[in-house]
Amino acid sequence: MLNRRDVLSRSGQLAALMAGAGLLPAQAQAAWNAAAFEIKTMAELAKALGASAPVESKDVVVTGPDIAENGAVVPVGVSTTLTGVKKLMLLVEKNPSVLAASFDVNDAVDASFTTRVKMGQSSNVMAVALMNDNRMLFSQKEVKVTLGGCGG
Amino acid sequence: MSDPMRIRALVAGDKATVRVLMGHEMETGQRKDSAGKTIPAWFIQEVTARHNGKPVLSAEWGPAVSKNPFLQFTVKSAKAGDKIAVTWKDNKGETRTDEATVA
Repeated sequence: MLNRRDVLSRSGQLAALMAGAGLLPAQAQAAWNAAAFEIKTMAELAKALGASAPVESKDVVVTGPDIAENGAVVPVGVSTTLTGVKKLMLLVEKNPSVLAASFDVNDAVDASFTTRVKMGQSSNVMAVALMNDNRMLFSQKEVKVTLGGCGG
Repeated sequence: MSDPMRIRALVAGDKATVRVLMGHEMETGQRKDSAGKTIPAWFIQEVTARHNGKPVLSAEWGPAVSKNPFLQFTVKSAKAGDKIAVTWKDNKGETRTDEATVA
């Protein structure tokens, strides 16, 4: 026989079970930083993230082609040998919004990420490291985008 | 439904290099269709990865990431047989998770 007390305690157990199994929606995770993806320049991005003014550094490495034939698919990467890095970001200077991608750095992954981005025109690509102490270090590389087949 | 991701995870020493190819339009919201109407933005915003269930990567992307995005990262202290699961979530709230075994 099921009485009210049994039912209540069982539904409580069930809810706990479902939460444990990830069936219930988890608490809202850190929301996507919409503001950061609308910023136009690296200096403003530094300000928005509460970091000091960006400083050029050889310890942050940006990888990418010298000439990209197709601006829709430009392979770029960011890596660093520094410790105490909070985030690594990829920026394209002349895109409508400068920030392309941001990766959280932790102990479980190497501080090296590669992806592909779109570029509207020839521009500097910046790799930016946001440090735990809110310093911002970057390096940049110019990538020329050739439209059409005639690379110049 | 979105296409499955293609995930390859290869061991190199005590690390695993993970390469992911996702199937997504990555529409920027800046383009116009032939009628001159703006095509609404539709792109992946959040990417996360788990190594044997433990979160190892989280990334935020903007619309500047290319269509059918490619991502490469390296997971430390991984060995053959480990599971790598990658999840993305786009700005329409759609999400997809795929898993691969480290080889």
